Amino acid sequence: MSKAPKLATGDWRPRLRAAGLTLPLLAFVAATFAAPLATMLVRSVHDPVVADALPATLAALEDWDGLSLPGEEAFAAAARELARARDERTLGRVAGRVNRVRSGLRSVVAVTGRRLPDGPAGSWRATLTAIDPAWAEVESWHALRTAGERFTARHYLAALDLRRLPDGSVVRQEADRRIHLRLFARTLWVSLGVTFLCLLLGYPLAHHIAHAPSRRAGALLALVLVPFWTSLLVRTTSWIVLLQGQGVVNDLLVGIGLVPDDGRLALVYNMTGTFIAMTHVLLPFMVLPLYSVMRAIPRSHMNAATSLGASAPQAFARVYWPQTLPGVGAGCLLVFILAIGYYITPALVGGSSGQLISNMVAYHMQTSLNWGLAAALSAIILACVLGLYLLYDRVAGAERASLA
Amino acid sequence: MQARTGGERALGLARGAFSWGVLVFLMAPILVIVPLSFNAEPYFTFTEGMLRLDPEAWSLRWYREIAGSEAWRGALANSLAIGVAATAIATLLGTLAALGLSSPQMPGRRLAMGFLVSPLVTPVIIAAAGMFFFYSRIGLGQTHLGLILAHAALGTPFVVVTVTATLSGYNRTLNRAAASLGAGPLRTFARVQFPLIAPGVISGALFAFATSFDEVVVVLFLGGVEQNTIPRQMWAGIREEISPAILAVATFLIAFAAALLLVVGWLRGRGK
Repeated sequence: MSKAPKLATGDWRPRLRAAGLTLPLLAFVAATFAAPLATMLVRSVHDPVVADALPATLAALEDWDGLSLPGEEAFAAAARELARARDERTLGRVAGRVNRVRSGLRSVVAVTGRRLPDGPAGSWRATLTAIDPAWAEVESWHALRTAGERFTARHYLAALDLRRLPDGSVVRQEADRRIHLRLFARTLWVSLGVTFLCLLLGYPLAHHIAHAPSRRAGALLALVLVPFWTSLLVRTTSWIVLLQGQGVVNDLLVGIGLVPDDGRLALVYNMTGTFIAMTHVLLPFMVLPLYSVMRAIPRSHMNAATSLGASAPQAFARVYWPQTLPGVGAGCLLVFILAIGYYITPALVGGSSGQLISNMVAYHMQTSLNWGLAAALSAIILACVLGLYLLYDRVAGAERASLA
Repeated sequence: MQARTGGERALGLARGAFSWGVLVFLMAPILVIVPLSFNAEPYFTFTEGMLRLDPEAWSLRWYREIAGSEAWRGALANSLAIGVAATAIATLLGTLAALGLSSPQMPGRRLAMGFLVSPLVTPVIIAAAGMFFFYSRIGLGQTHLGLILAHAALGTPFVVVTVTATLSGYNRTLNRAAASLGAGPLRTFARVQFPLIAPGVISGALFAFATSFDEVVVVLFLGGVEQNTIPRQMWAGIREEISPAILAVATFLIAFAAALLLVVGWLRGRGK
C-alpha cells in the first residue's frame, strides 16, 4: 500500500531537480534577452505619444465625417492641447509623430504650438488657420487622427512601403518613397547569392578535408577554424585593407598588368565588398556542417558504386551527394539565416549600394529616430529568421546550432 | 582495389587545387594583415622596402602607438572587465541549465533548449535595438552592468551547447556508483561529475568570453563613452579613417583567437 506514493515521489523529484537547475538561466534569458525583444514588438504596434498629448482633440474627431473640416470644438481642443504640449515640452515629439503620417506637418504643428495666443481671435478655427493655412486642409486632420491611434499597424505598413488613405484603403507608397521593399529584396538576393557562393566554395573544400589522411585533415581544418574564431571586425578591416583602391589586391593586379594604374577596381564600399566579405565570414558555417556529414560517409560506398559499374560522376550523383544533403541543408540554412540579419560587414564595407535591411533598422534607430518603424522592420526580420530557424532545427537539431 | 583512371586523378588534383585556393581566400586577410601591421610607413600595402625585407621598412611603431594610447588602454580594461563578468554569469547559469537539460526527466526539454539557444540565431542588430529600449527604461542604459547582462545573455547559448554536448558523453552510472559509495548529490557533482565535464565548461566559458570580447553592436547601442571597448574603438577607427594602428590591434586579436583555438582544441582532446 505504501509503495505506490513512493514510486510517484521518485517520479517527480528528478523532474523537479532538472527544472530547478534550468530555471535560473531560463529566467535570466527571459529578463535580459526575451523581455527586450518583447517590448520592441509591443512598440511596433503601440504608439501612445499623440494619444496621450491630444486626448480631447482626438475625442472631438471621433464622430467627425472626415469630408469637411471638423467643428470649432476640435479646433479649440487642438489649440488647448498643443499649448499644453508646448508647456510640457512634448510638442516636438508630437510634431514628429504627425509628420510621419503626413510629411510637412512637423513644422505646422511645432510652429502652431509656439505661436498660439492665450485666447482665440474670433474663433479658434480662424486663429489656427491664420497661423498656418494647413489647418484648413482636411488631410491635416486625417493625419492627426491617424497619428492618434494608440494601437496601430502603420509602422508595419510603412515597413512594407504601404500607407493607408483616409477612407481606410491601403495603397502603395509613392514611388520615390519606396525604400524598404527594395532593401528586403536586395537582402534576399544577397543572402541567396552568398549562400550559393559558400556552397560552391565550401563543398569541394569540405570534401577535400573530410577525405584527407587524418593528420592532414586536422591541419587543414585549423586553416578554416582560425579565420572562424578571428574577430569579425578584424576580418572586415582586413578586407577593407586588401580591397581598397591603393590596397594589396589592386596593387597586385596593377603589378601583373591585368589592370591599368588609373583604372583600379572599386572592390570595396559597394556591393562587391559586401559580397566578398560576407562570403568570407560565413564560409566556415558552410564548411563545418558539410565536413561533419562527409566524414561519416564510408569510402566503401563510392568503391561499391564504381565496382558495380557506375562512372565517377554517376557514383557521386547517386551515392555520395544524396548522403551529404543533410549537411548541405544545414549549412545553407545556417548561412542564409546569418546573412539575412547581417549588419556589421555591410555597414563597414558596403558603402551606400551595399547596405542591407539590418542597416535600415540601425538607421531608424540612430538617425531618423523612427523607433516604431525600426521595431516593425525588426519584427519582420525576426519572423523570417525564426521560421528558417525552426526549419534548420528540423534539419540539423538544435544542439548542433553552434559549431564549436 | 581499382586502379584510378587518369581522369579521376585529374579530378582529384583539380579538387585539391581548388580547395587550396579556397583556403588561401579564407586565410588571406589574416596573412596579409599581420605583416602589414609592422609597416614603418602609414600605408596599407607592402612598400618596396618591405618586399626587399629591408629592416628599415619594418617597425613596431604602431604597436608603440597602441601601447601608449590612453584610449586603447581604457578600451582594453573595459573589454576585460565586461568580458570576465559576463563570462562568469553565463558560465554559472549555463552550466546549471545544461545539467538540468541533459537529464532525461527534464520537462519540455526541446522547447527550453530552443529558447536558450535563441540569442545565437537572433540577428544581433535586433537584439541590440530591443535591449536599447528596455535597458534604458530600467536605468541600465550606458552602464557597465547593462553591458555585462547583455553580453552574458549573448554568451549563454555557447555554454549551454558545449556543456550539454560534453554531458551527452558522460556516463551516468558514475553518479549512481558515487551515491552507492555514500556521496550526496553535491559531493558527487564536485568530486566526480564536474572534474569530468570541466573541459566542456571551460570551452563554453572561452566561447562566451570571445563573444563578449568581439561584440560591437550591443556596445554601440547600449554603451556610452564610459563603456568604450576594444571593438567599439576599432569600429570608430574603421568608420573615421583607418590608421595602421588598427592593424596592430587586429594582429593582437588574431593572436588571441589562435590562442583560444589551441586551448579549446587541447581541452577537447582531454575531454575525450
